[in-house]
Amino acid sequence: MSVAKLRVFRGDAQGGEEKEYEVPVDEGMVVLDALFYIQANYDGDLAIRWNCKAAKCGSCSTEINGKPKLACKTRMDSFAEGETITVYPIKAFPVIKDLVTDVSWNYEVSKKIPPFTPAEDTEWIMYQEDVERGQEFRKCIECFMCQNVCHILRDHNRKDAFAGPRFMIKIAEREMHPLDVLDRREFAREEAGVGFCNITKCCTEVCPEDIHITDNGIIPLKERVVDKYYDPLSWLLRKIKGK
Amino acid sequence: MEKYETHTHDVIIIGAGGAGLRAAIESSAKGASTALICKSLLGKAHTVMAEGGVAAALANVDTKDNWETHFKDTMKGGKMLNNWQMALYHAQEAPERVRELEYWGALFDRTKEGGINQRAFGGHTWKRLAHVGDRTGLEMIRTLQEKGIHSGIDVYMECTITHLVKDGDRVVGAFGYWRESGKFVLFRANAIVLATGGVGKAYKYTSNSWEYTGDGHAMAYEAGAELIDMEFIQFHPTGMVWPPSVRGILVTEAVRGEGGILTNSEGERFMERYDPERMELSTRDVVARSIYTEVEQGRGSPHGGAFLDVSHRGADYVKRKLPSMYHQFMEFADIDITKGPMEVFPTTHYVMGGVKVEGDTCSSTVPGLFAAGEVAGGMHGANRLGGNSLSDLLVFGKRAGEGAAAYASGKSHASVSAELIEGYANELREPFNNTQGENPYTIHQDLQDVMQLYIGVFRTEENIQTGIDKIEALKERARTLKIEGSVMFNPGWHLCRDLKSMLIVSEALARCALARKESRGAHSRVDFPESDDGTWGKLNFIVASKDGVMDLETRPIVEMPDELSKLFTEDK
Ligand SMILES: Cc1cc2nc3c(=O)[nH]c(=O)nc-3n(C[C@H](O)[C@H](O)[C@H](O)COP(=O)(O)OP(=O)(O)OC[C@H]3O[C@@H](n4cnc5c(N)ncnc54)[C@H](O)[C@@H]3O)c2cc1C
Ligand code: SF4
Ligand code: SF4
Ligand code: FES
Repeated sequence: MSVAKLRVFRGDAQGGEEKEYEVPVDEGMVVLDALFYIQANYDGDLAIRWNCKAAKCGSCSTEINGKPKLACKTRMDSFAEGETITVYPIKAFPVIKDLVTDVSWNYEVSKKIPPFTPAEDTEWIMYQEDVERGQEFRKCIECFMCQNVCHILRDHNRKDAFAGPRFMIKIAEREMHPLDVLDRREFAREEAGVGFCNITKCCTEVCPEDIHITDNGIIPLKERVVDKYYDPLSWLLRKIKGK
Repeated sequence: MEKYETHTHDVIIIGAGGAGLRAAIESSAKGASTALICKSLLGKAHTVMAEGGVAAALANVDTKDNWETHFKDTMKGGKMLNNWQMALYHAQEAPERVRELEYWGALFDRTKEGGINQRAFGGHTWKRLAHVGDRTGLEMIRTLQEKGIHSGIDVYMECTITHLVKDGDRVVGAFGYWRESGKFVLFRANAIVLATGGVGKAYKYTSNSWEYTGDGHAMAYEAGAELIDMEFIQFHPTGMVWPPSVRGILVTEAVRGEGGILTNSEGERFMERYDPERMELSTRDVVARSIYTEVEQGRGSPHGGAFLDVSHRGADYVKRKLPSMYHQFMEFADIDITKGPMEVFPTTHYVMGGVKVEGDTCSSTVPGLFAAGEVAGGMHGANRLGGNSLSDLLVFGKRAGEGAAAYASGKSHASVSAELIEGYANELREPFNNTQGENPYTIHQDLQDVMQLYIGVFRTEENIQTGIDKIEALKERARTLKIEGSVMFNPGWHLCRDLKSMLIVSEALARCALARKESRGAHSRVDFPESDDGTWGKLNFIVASKDGVMDLETRPIVEMPDELSKLFTEDK
């Protein structure tokens, strides 16, 4: 059994520092296991969020060697022998303590998005091909790693103006729901700030669910918004076809 | 004492999984001011991990299905120990509760005709599980979460409730702390719904998350409520085995539902010997015992499990129907399940026992206290069928929300004793003040070993008794805990109270397991291998606190009316 060196951020809103730990590595171990080992054997108060330990809940987002990762999905054997592993909280949100950040802003944004709205006399028939696009977006586990890497939020902190990729696909999902009748284009433009996105695709690259955030979500959403202002007929067609 | 916040609502719901969310939606719809409290962030509750599907006799795929068959399957799966009233409501109401999710925006997988698709699962006569690939729970929790945040509910996230506060007989509030700041908080209410989920973290190998420490079971017990049938804990037949770090993580039953085959090291399809009719889709208790026995008798896979293979269905099909299983094995075990078998072994999964409730409103034996979802007992009897939990959450979440709102209506808030609160606060802070004491993590690991070893898939009197003695010793050690750091987001401190809950639940489990001298459903006694329908099959076990000591009582099961029992004789 080899021993790994971890340097973990310990601190709070006032600041903090890296602390080094040595952790024995077992076969198949992930970074979250190493953090558990630290809790049980060195520092019982090390703060980290987790739930499923199976990459299904999106709680354990951290920055491992500078890259946003799910701690429960990052294997210890993905690092070179003897490589020091740094673990930091995600940067786009304020630190509460150690690896735990304040992500409450995301919940505020989520609440503002107009909910699914079917017609009164809806007949509840939908075909697989019509729901597939929406299902892709609904795979989102709300790890907020896309929010974390988007430069508009991370570097420019425009949380006042831009809802972020996670919520772009949420708006897109509603818009493309085969039985939804609401028009969210004004919302997407004015409130969610879809125009801010300049399609760098950083969000798509980090998504652990492999959701094509930009190609399938944001770009079509941008097209719809443009249609609203210049070509209402093709908006209607897109809405009906769910594209 | 230190200052604390107070919030006042008509109804508070502790737990924001499927049951809690559904209860909150209903309570709020009935006009009650409703609070929803959870230990994690919203949307991260256990329900998010559910994979295979939600059982409801929609009859979209197998048109012969109906509530009668679902009712019968559920009772038979539970070895007739179920609260029949709950099983009945469940079978009758599940289809409407599932359709409702669709009205709220859920996107289930579809049939060719454009309806909700359904898949086969163990113990269900027909294809009955509505699903979205193998991420049904995520779909369900997002849908309910969405509905919930637009329903005027007040959500309190990352807040742990540690005590139910009583005034005389009835509960009038709940006390706890904010995980983030460590500060205390009091919720005053006229009705409380427990929706805190299960207890799996008392075991070493489990599919459950850190939240499953039996808080709701323990708090109800401490508040004087009765718990029912605690000996029944479900070992899901197929947990991951290798590598060690992922041992216990669930391999959904949908793998078998989609045609997965179990074999032993000799290449034999061993289910032929245990249940030739239903084979891999036998009930969970049977499949778990079969795998366990194969390994015991030396026919296990290299890492001590059975082989489960679904690769014959073809790579495209497997990736489409079981995408998260595909990724889970690829990423955690370097195994491509479209090419070869997985290794699986039983893992602690679900607790059938729980707070004893009435089927109508989910009221417990304590006035003002309700319970729904996994924390409630009775619905599943001695063994739960796959898919019947998600439907249980919806059916009884709604009923509990309705029941609590009705109970709270017109009542004024009782006063809360300051002395009581101070006592709770001091108890919680103690581990910070102790200069000496045990590390909670160490005791937790020891408890997990004890439960795994002595109260497992197969049980004997001697084993269980050893387990009880060891739990007693752990209770003693857990009296004085010591932790480091500040009150801010301190998992070591959080574990101190969680540990207390796990010890209560573990003791209840062990004591009931010792007392039931037969094998039934998930409870397998090597020294009493047969089911005894005449005696034990007619008894429920009730656990309650009598003057601070755990008391165990048997109570005759409530017999179902003739028109229902006829359904079972017609079969024969
Ligand atoms: C991996 C896995 C797969 C599964 N697949 C299926 C399936 O396919 N079909 C099926 O029917 N069932 C399945 N189950 C079972 C099912 O998911 C659970 O039984 C069900 O989700 C429990 O829901 P719940 O609402 O009772 O509790 P949960 O969803 O677990 O929610 C519990 C809530 O209580 C809160 N809580 C707990 N204690 C406290 C406290 N002290 N203070 C405040 N809040 C507290 C938690 O924060 C959480 O919000 C599966 C289970 C697992 C583990
Ligand atoms: S593509 Fe748009 S949303 Fe995604 S990271 Fe780039 S700017 Fe942000
Ligand atoms: S879209 Fe992907 S990266 Fe963004 S929150 Fe959802 S799962 Fe995470
Ligand atoms: S713990 Fe759930 S995603 Fe890592």
